[in-house]
Amino acid sequence: MSALLQVKGMSAWYGAIRALYELDLSIEKGGVTALLGANGAGKTTTLRAICNMIRRSGSTVLDGTDITRRSTEDIVRMGVAHVPEGRGTFVALTVEENLKLAFHIRRDHAEARRDMELVFEYFPRLKERIRQQAGTLSGGEQQMLAIARALMIRPRLMLLDEPSFGLAPLVVQEIFRILRRINAEEHVSMLIVEQNAALALDLADHVYLLETGSVVTSGPSAMVQNDETLRKAYLGY
Amino acid sequence: MDFFVQQIAAGLTSGAIYACVALGLVMIYVSTDHINFAQGEMAMFATYLAWAMIDAGLPYWIAFGLTVAVAFAGGLFIQRVVLKPLENAPVLALVVCFIALLSIFNALAGMIWSYTIKQFPSPFPARDVFGNGLVSVQQLGVVAVTLVMLGLLTVFFRYTTLGLAMRAAAQNATSARLMGVRVSWMLALGWGLAAAIGAIAGMLVAPIVFLDPNMMTGILVYGFAGALVGGIGNPLGAVAGGFIVGVLENLVGSYVIGNELKLTFALIVVVGVLLLKPAGIFGRVIVKRV
Repeated sequence: MSALLQVKGMSAWYGAIRALYELDLSIEKGGVTALLGANGAGKTTTLRAICNMIRRSGSTVLDGTDITRRSTEDIVRMGVAHVPEGRGTFVALTVEENLKLAFHIRRDHAEARRDMELVFEYFPRLKERIRQQAGTLSGGEQQMLAIARALMIRPRLMLLDEPSFGLAPLVVQEIFRILRRINAEEHVSMLIVEQNAALALDLADHVYLLETGSVVTSGPSAMVQNDETLRKAYLGY
Repeated sequence: MDFFVQQIAAGLTSGAIYACVALGLVMIYVSTDHINFAQGEMAMFATYLAWAMIDAGLPYWIAFGLTVAVAFAGGLFIQRVVLKPLENAPVLALVVCFIALLSIFNALAGMIWSYTIKQFPSPFPARDVFGNGLVSVQQLGVVAVTLVMLGLLTVFFRYTTLGLAMRAAAQNATSARLMGVRVSWMLALGWGLAAAIGAIAGMLVAPIVFLDPNMMTGILVYGFAGALVGGIGNPLGAVAGGFIVGVLENLVGSYVIGNELKLTFALIVVVGVLLLKPAGIFGRVIVKRV
């Protein structure tokens, strides 16, 4: 397997405050990589930095193309879908319009329409609510909508920022089951940020552990799962 | 009774023009959250361009089309050159910038075309529709142009993906960017549309009030009142609000307070709406779950 996304020496700042220190990341094609760590470790920042949403340095290469200087919009158009913290719902648009937004950047509308059917197969609940104002959806449904929107742009890589945040355990299970299917069936690689480490380790095949803006350790999920000291020190279980 | 019908017709005509101005204001408000105080002067300047073209011998409708196109490009240009650098500036800086634009356009028009009043041709004949002196073709034409424009805009925003992208960018810029929408161009497009709509308003009103650099000053206040009455975030509401203000203004003017105080009436409407129903009559309250 070759690396889909290669991040080298990435630092990032919020104003004058430095949030990341020379981060190196390598995301395998077709795999699921988890980014774990305590609050404030820089997980969300890493995702934002990859998409060029904040000031950052270092280099980012997507499948052989240098995307370091590309704008957020361009990076998205190149197939990096970011499911943001807080879900980013367009509350006044209908569910359908939320999804159709992807038509704006897609050339082949016939294919996009087929993708919309596919998305509804993964999330039948969204189809039931297709004409509803997206702001009236429950938290779980909005998370599904956020993932569905990301799927609509036909991503190569999906960046997921705490998909379990604020949701009931059953809904979380459902969403993670669907994510696993999307990864397997649509061959979408994923980089997932999670507070719920056990859940993420279960889904991911590779893990990066972050602490105060630097990578502490990385390796296969099993390695972290089996290392009690590591788990206790950084993941709290 | 005839007098009453005439007043309604005249009210609807001016209402149509206020509706255009209101639409321009809404266009910029929904895409950037700002009230463009220069909307009226931009419209006036575009109308002068149309006048110059017609004066140079171009047929009316060609001049009309060219003016709308030039205004669109001008709006786009202003957003890219003047406002984009102020993206992260505080609101007060923007307000000052809008006022600067207002006086620049006003002075520029005066400098190029002088302050003497000019006659502006109307594409519609002044004769009656029914031959009984109640409604003129001119009045009907003005209302029709406004309604057609509203129809086109509705179709654009509701049924095209570009319109959808503009709405999305206005609602949640960060999230729109994450869907690949070039947000800053969407704002520029909003400015372009607003300027084009303003140009149409200017060309509709100029035959009625005559062309001079200050012709839009009062009309902007009425347009603002219309936008607020209808709900400043809602194009359909803005047009309805424009018509409502136009008719009310005429009726109140001819039956109650006289023509001199009409503008005061508009200001009372502005204050009244802001006090009693800030979202406007048709303003949609967006349900939000947290």
